[in-house]
Amino acid sequence: MVDRASIGAKGEPFELVIERGKVREMARAVACTHPSYLREERPPIPPTFLTTMFFWEHEVPGSNPWDKVKLDQQRGMHAEQEYIFHGPPPRAGTRLTCQSRIEDVYEKEGRRGGTLGFAVMVTEFRDESGKLVAEARMTGVETARPPAKEER
Amino acid sequence: MMRSEDRKAGALLEPKTLGPLTRTDFVRYQGASGDMNPIHHDETVARGAGYEAPLAVGMFHAGALAAHAAGWLGPENVRSTRIRWKAQVWPGDVLTLTGEVTRTYVVAESGEERADVKLACARQTGEIAVEGWMTFAFGVATSS
Repeated sequence: MVDRASIGAKGEPFELVIERGKVREMARAVACTHPSYLREERPPIPPTFLTTMFFWEHEVPGSNPWDKVKLDQQRGMHAEQEYIFHGPPPRAGTRLTCQSRIEDVYEKEGRRGGTLGFAVMVTEFRDESGKLVAEARMTGVETARPPAKEER
Repeated sequence: MMRSEDRKAGALLEPKTLGPLTRTDFVRYQGASGDMNPIHHDETVARGAGYEAPLAVGMFHAGALAAHAAGWLGPENVRSTRIRWKAQVWPGDVLTLTGEVTRTYVVAESGEERADVKLACARQTGEIAVEGWMTFAFGVATSS
């Protein structure tokens, strides 16, 4: 069951350096061959690139407050994801400081019965000057039954 | 590449076909993203969880959808991307990535020209696996 007491929980800040090879690797992994991503010396990041923050936060204990939500990962699914850039997407070479917080935790009745638990984690990305350049908003859902048992 | 007529409401993204998807596609994405959840590549773990096969990483085809649109209206013009997952995707699936400009407008304070795009990723059955919404910015509008 999701824990509303986790609202406001903050993780420790961590660093994400945007690397050219990592941008290229991500572009290829999502089958995108646009020359900006593959050939530029300082390519902009692809729209969903900031998901690679999970690589970096693993190096900083306490950086991810998600476990405080106590969402049952066996019944958990990624429901929605958003990335906002406050200007042009940051480019390779930029050193971002990232910090995550639990923005919201709530419950809703599911269409097929049972209670669904939702949690929203927001991560802020700041450049070397402290300017907020991007935000990520992840919404996870805990279903009443394991997703594999649902009809498909 | 973007043409000026692509910045108008109703302009269509050239559909892209992705697949038939393989486990290798999922593994390549997992390596790039850092999400190493074995349910997306380890048959034993996937079956143990009640699935018939490793299921696709949601961020893989969502990322492909958003990057395809970014290639159209300009990687440097992307300002926001929102993704909602509707259905699971499996090895062997053939996905179709589509999109349409729904609205163009000028931001009052900055004078910046923007376009909102609605995106979809459909399975070969027609079932929608992912819905997406993106916003692109094209700089300050010039009167000509």
